[in-house]
Amino acid sequence: MDFEQLRGKLYYQVLLLGGVALVTTAALAFADKSTSVDIAAAQARDMQQSLTQVLPGRYDNDLLKDTVLLATQSEEVTVYRARRVGRVEAVVFKVSGPGYAGPIDCMMGIDRGGHITGVRVIKHKETPGLGDKIEPAKGRWIYDFEDKSLGNPSADKWYVKKDGGVFDQFAGATITPRGVVRAVKGGLDFFEKNRVQLLDETVVKGGKS
Amino acid sequence: MSNLYARITRDSLWSNNIVFAQTLGLCPTMAVTSTATNGLGMGLATTAVLVASNMLISSIRHAVSDEVRIPVYIVIIATLVTLVDVSINAWAHDLYKVLGLYIALIVANCAVLGRAEAFAARNPVLPSGMDGLMMGLGFTFALTAIGLVREILGTGTLFADAHLLLGPAFSFMEFKLIPDYKGFLLMILPPGGFLAVGFLIAAKRIIDRPRASVAESVQVAAPIIR
Repeated sequence: MDFEQLRGKLYYQVLLLGGVALVTTAALAFADKSTSVDIAAAQARDMQQSLTQVLPGRYDNDLLKDTVLLATQSEEVTVYRARRVGRVEAVVFKVSGPGYAGPIDCMMGIDRGGHITGVRVIKHKETPGLGDKIEPAKGRWIYDFEDKSLGNPSADKWYVKKDGGVFDQFAGATITPRGVVRAVKGGLDFFEKNRVQLLDETVVKGGKS
Repeated sequence: MSNLYARITRDSLWSNNIVFAQTLGLCPTMAVTSTATNGLGMGLATTAVLVASNMLISSIRHAVSDEVRIPVYIVIIATLVTLVDVSINAWAHDLYKVLGLYIALIVANCAVLGRAEAFAARNPVLPSGMDGLMMGLGFTFALTAIGLVREILGTGTLFADAHLLLGPAFSFMEFKLIPDYKGFLLMILPPGGFLAVGFLIAAKRIIDRPRASVAESVQVAAPIIR
């Protein structure tokens, strides 16, 4: 082909751009098709990992397939349920609180009795070096929530120390731990309010796979 | 021919370094260099895209007309970045958790388009690939250097989390240089990026200064082949 001549023609520009767009779109569609299964599997693995972190102990079902969808005032919450011999032993769900630079998303697990089995921050934009002590890699703070419940400490103590509660704040960052404490407290309230629905085995819910 | 490759190498790694000389691609540079490991990872991902985009664009350079070359290059580069993004996400998911945020940023790196325009569009495929590789390595070197400065001053560590990027075998690279270091927050935050880049560019100028007068006289004899 003699590109020298073709390149000057107007219709050639249209054909060239269209052709390139067509080829790249085909490449992207092909890539999407051949990776989507692996990406979904990898994300499920991630999810499973974060569920296991907040839920130590034994259970014999596939949490990812045993879910309930509950609506709160603002959003819908997916609750994962851990069972042993058919009985719901604990639930895991995502809570979110206001941080210094956007929402802080946490995963929290609560056992049948209403005690926290674990909390992990899964996404935040807090200041590195100040607010990021909520990550287990940077500090032990997040483990303070383990075994706490609505009665322990009492409701008026579910705050950071600066607000008259029992949880530590960080030097230079009060808003971050305050947001996490509020999120976790909100999660406990949510569990208490929907307890029957979350734990009742008669609510048969097939796998949402 | 080997002379050409030597010149590409010298140009890319030092005298025409993407960050320190062309000052291109500063958006991803500032965003990711809070640690040396992040800088290294971003540099290597950019290198992969640069090699692929340079070779691809060079191979179709006769078919692309001047009028529509920019949209054609952009579409090709964006596609390549997306391909890298989804393949790392699917087949190296742990790496993706470290790098994932940054890979999309490569599209915004004008250095990739710059190399397509300045080199790949006028040169054969192999030299273009070489140019992409060397420019990428120069970029990697610059990002790692900036990351080193910011990480050491900011947190007192060196190559923290390198095992997440390169695999467990590389955890020997991780050091805690200054025990009980309280950290210097400014260097981790964006202003620290500007400071580090500024001082490193100044340092390069000082190193180059004695050679500058010599280079000027040589330039006449060996004009830059474009």
